[in-house]
Amino acid sequence: MSAATQERSTEEAVLPRPAWGRHLIVLAVLTVLLIPLPLILPPATQAVAVRVLIFAIMAVGWNIMSGFGGMFSFGHAAYFGLGAYTSVWLLVNHGVSPWIGMVAGMVVAALFGVAVGFLALRYRLKGAYFALSTFAFAEMLRLLAINSDFVNRAVGYNVPLRREFSLAFMQFAPGAPEYFWMALGLTVVAIAVSILFLRSKLGRFTVAVRDDEEAAAAVGVPVMRTKILTIALSAAITSVAGAFYTQYYFFIDPEGAFGPSVSIQAILPAVIGGVGTIWGPAIGALVLGPLNDITATLLRNPPAALSFLQGRAGLDVIVYALLLILIVLLLPQGVYGAIRERVRRR
Amino acid sequence: MSLLRVEHVSRSFRGLKAVDDVSFTVEEGSIQGIIGPNGAGKTTLFNLVAGAIRPDTGTVHLDDRDITGLAPHRVSRAGMSRTFQLMRPFGSVSVLENVAVAAMAAGTSRHDADRVAADVVERVGISRWRDVQSSSLPTAGLKRLELARALAGRPRVLLLDEVLAGLVPSERAPVMELLEALREEDGVTLVFVEHIMTAVMRLSDSVLVLDQGRVLTSGSPEEVTSDPRVIEAYLGEEPTDAAS
Amino acid sequence: MSLPERSGPPDAGPAPVGELGDSTAESPRSPVRTTRRRPSWALPAIAVGVVVVAVLLAYLRSGSTDVVSQAVVTGILVGGVYGLVAMGLTLIFGVLDIVNFAHGAFLTVALYITVVMVNRFGVYPMLALVVAVPVMFLLGAAIQRFVLAGAIGKPLENQLLITLGLALLIDNLLLLFFGPNPQSVKLPGDTAVPIFGAVTTVSRLLAFGVALVLAALLYVLLRRTRLGTAIRAVAANDSGAQLVGIDTRRIYMTTFAIGTACAGAAGVLVAPLVTIEPTTGELFNIIAFVVVVLGGMGNVVGALVGGVLIGLTEQLGALLLPGQSPLLAIFLVFVLVLLFRPQGLFGRTS
Repeated sequence: MSAATQERSTEEAVLPRPAWGRHLIVLAVLTVLLIPLPLILPPATQAVAVRVLIFAIMAVGWNIMSGFGGMFSFGHAAYFGLGAYTSVWLLVNHGVSPWIGMVAGMVVAALFGVAVGFLALRYRLKGAYFALSTFAFAEMLRLLAINSDFVNRAVGYNVPLRREFSLAFMQFAPGAPEYFWMALGLTVVAIAVSILFLRSKLGRFTVAVRDDEEAAAAVGVPVMRTKILTIALSAAITSVAGAFYTQYYFFIDPEGAFGPSVSIQAILPAVIGGVGTIWGPAIGALVLGPLNDITATLLRNPPAALSFLQGRAGLDVIVYALLLILIVLLLPQGVYGAIRERVRRR
Repeated sequence: MSLLRVEHVSRSFRGLKAVDDVSFTVEEGSIQGIIGPNGAGKTTLFNLVAGAIRPDTGTVHLDDRDITGLAPHRVSRAGMSRTFQLMRPFGSVSVLENVAVAAMAAGTSRHDADRVAADVVERVGISRWRDVQSSSLPTAGLKRLELARALAGRPRVLLLDEVLAGLVPSERAPVMELLEALREEDGVTLVFVEHIMTAVMRLSDSVLVLDQGRVLTSGSPEEVTSDPRVIEAYLGEEPTDAAS
Repeated sequence: MSLPERSGPPDAGPAPVGELGDSTAESPRSPVRTTRRRPSWALPAIAVGVVVVAVLLAYLRSGSTDVVSQAVVTGILVGGVYGLVAMGLTLIFGVLDIVNFAHGAFLTVALYITVVMVNRFGVYPMLALVVAVPVMFLLGAAIQRFVLAGAIGKPLENQLLITLGLALLIDNLLLLFFGPNPQSVKLPGDTAVPIFGAVTTVSRLLAFGVALVLAALLYVLLRRTRLGTAIRAVAANDSGAQLVGIDTRRIYMTTFAIGTACAGAAGVLVAPLVTIEPTTGELFNIIAFVVVVLGGMGNVVGALVGGVLIGLTEQLGALLLPGQSPLLAIFLVFVLVLLFRPQGLFGRTS
C-alpha cells in the first residue's frame, strides 16, 4: 500500500466513481472492432462466434436479476423458451415476422417473469425457496410444452425455409455475416441496456435492495416494484436470445427451449466471468462458446483413448456442469470479478 | 397539533404482549426519548411506529394522517425516517451512493441525487469516507451513515434506534451535538430509543418510560429520573446500563 | 411428526414465512395476522375436504365409481413413493438449507443400477435395494463431503449452483454411458391385483408397501435414535448444536446421504413402473419439489402426506381434466400453494 493512502485504514476500500460513459465508450469501440469479424473468420469459427453472442445475451439477461438484483434464477430457460416459442409460433401459424415475434416474445417473457416474481416474492420467499420456484416454473413450462398440442408437443417447430433471403424474416444465406451482425447488434444493445440500467434509478434501487432489502424499504425504496421490474427486464432480454436462437438454428423443441441445460447456459457465463459485473457475462460467454465446438469435435472424432465417446450425446453439458461446479468452488467471483477486486485493493 | 400521535397501540407475539396499550404524542421540533429496562418493549414499539410491524390495536398518526400499518417505504415517503440499531448499510456501494439512493427514494431526481447526497454527507460529518465502500466503514462511520440515509429524504420525524450504542464516549459527544443541531437548524423532530442516560437527559424534551410493554410514566427528564418507580424498574439491571 | 418443533405455546398456529423472530417487516396488505389462533389440524382437514370434493367431482365427470376408485387407489399407491422421494428432499432442506436440484438425478442413477442388476444379472428387482441404497448413501455422502462442503459459509446460491451442476452432470453422464434409448425392467410375476374395487399390480403394491416401510424407518431414525436427535438439533439450530458438541459437518454429510438414499430407494421401487431414460428422474424431481412445498419445507411427515395428496391430484386430475397432462393439475396445486399457503400445509419447521 502506498504512503499516500496511509491516512486511511488498510481495510477501507475506496470505490471508483461509476464511469458509465467509459463503459459505453468501450462498448462502442468493441462493436466497431468486431464488425469486420465475419469477413475475416472462416464459417466454422463464425458459427462459434454467433454462439458466443447468444450465450452473452442470455447471460446478460440473467445477470440483471440474479447478479445486480441478487435474486438467483435457476429457471431462466423459461424466458429463453418463451421468447423462442412465441416468435416461432407466430411465424409458423400466422406468418408474423420474427422481428415482431421477438418483441412479442419479450412481452410474454416479461409478463411471465412478473407473474413468477409476484408469486415468489409476495411472501418474501428467499434463497433456496425462491430458487426452487424459478426452477419449478421452467420445468413446468417444459413439461407443458411436451404434452401440449398447442405447441406441437415434443416435436417442436421447424422454421420454414424461404426461397429468398430476407431481412424482414431474419433469413439469410447459411453462414452469412448478417447473422453475426444481427447477433452482435442484439448483444451490444443488451449490454448497453445493462449499463444504462445500473445508471438508472431502478438499477440503483435494485442494488440497494440486493444489499439490504429492509434498509432499502426503510429509506423509501419501493421494494416489490423494484424487484418485479428487474425480473421483467431480465426476462425480456433473455427471451431475445431465444427468439434469435430459433431463427438461427431453424429449430426449437421443448428440451432446447426450457431444459435445465438452457438455464445453466444462462448462468454459467456470468459465473465464469463474474456475477453482478457488467462485463462478466460477456467474458464468460467468450469462454463458454468455443467449448461447445470443442466437445462437438471431440464427439465426432475422439482420440483413441476415448473412442467410446464416438457419436454419443451429452458431453457438452457434462463440460458445462463440471465447469460450473469447479468455478463456484474455486473462483466464485469469476474471472472479471476477481481481477476487478485485485485492482481495487491495490 | 402534535406532529406524531401514537394511540393505544398493542402488539402480541404468540400470546405474549410485547407492547400493551401505549400512547404518546410528540410535538413538532421536540425531542422525545423512550427508555426502559431490557425487554420493556422499546424496540417493538419503535418498529410499530416505524411501520416495520403492524399493531394489533391502536393507531399511529403523522401530521393527522393515519399511517398505521403502512409499509415501511410508504412511511418513509410520508415523512418519517428511521435508523437501525444493527447497522445496515448497502454494503457493496459507496457511502455517497448509500445516501443518494435514499435521496432518490424520497423523490429527488437522479440528476440531483449525488449533489443532495454530498450535502447530507457533509452535514453529518462523514465526507472523508464519501467514496469508501460502506461495508468497510468503522462503527462510528456506519452510525453516521445511518443518520445520513435517514436524513436524505428531509424527514419531518426521525426515529433513532439506539443511535449511540456501540460508540465509545468520545465518539458520542459529536453525534449528540449533531442531533441537537438537526433539531435547531433543520427543524427535525426526533424520537429516540436509548439506553445511555446522559444522552437522554441532555437531549430529550420529554421522556417516555416503558416497563413490560406498558407506559410506566412520562415527563421531563428530571421528573422521570427522580421517579422512584422508574428507579425500581431499573433495579436488577447492570449498573453500566442505567448509569454512564 | 416432523423435524424440530418450534418452541412456543402449543396452541399457536403455523407461522407464515417471514414472521417475527427475524424482525422482518410484514406487508400491511398481508391477509395473514400472526395473532390469529388457528388449530393446527384445520388446514390438513381442509386438504382432506378438498380431496373429497375432487373425488365427488371426478365421479360426476366420469360417471363411474370404478373409474374413480381406480384413480384413488392408484393415486394413493403412487403417492407413497412420491412421499418417499420428497422425504429425502425435505430432510436435506431442513438440515442443510439447500434445495437439492440433483435429487431427481440420484433417483435416475438408482434406476440404472436396477436396470443393470435386473437385465444384466437377473436379480429380482426389489432386491436391487440391497445394492442401490448403500451405493446411493455413499455417493451422497461423498458428494456432500467433497463437493458441497467446499461452499459452506459462502452465499447459499453457491451450493444451489453446485447441485444444479450436479444434476446436469449426472443426467448427462448417464446419457453418455447408457444412451438415450428407453429401457425397462420387469418384475417377475407381476400380475393384476384387485383391491377395493380397483385393479393394480403387484409391482405397484410392493412399491407402496416398501416405501411406507422405509418412511417408517426414517421416522423412527429421526425420533428415536441419537443420530436422529442430532439431525433434528442441527436442523433447528446448527450453531446451538455445535455448542453442545454435535459435529455438524458430519451431520450434514449423513443427512445428505440419507436423503440421497431415499431417492435411490424410490428409484429402485419405481423401476418396474416407468420407462427408464436419463431424464426420467427429472419428472420425479419436479413432483418432489411440489410435494415438499405442499407439505412444508423441512417437514418430513408433511412430505409423506403431501406425496399421497399429489398422487391423488395426479390421478384425479387426469379424470377432471381429460386430455390434458396430469401434470397440469400438479402445476395448479403448486401455484395455488405458493399463492395462498407458501409455508405448506404443515408449515416450515426449521
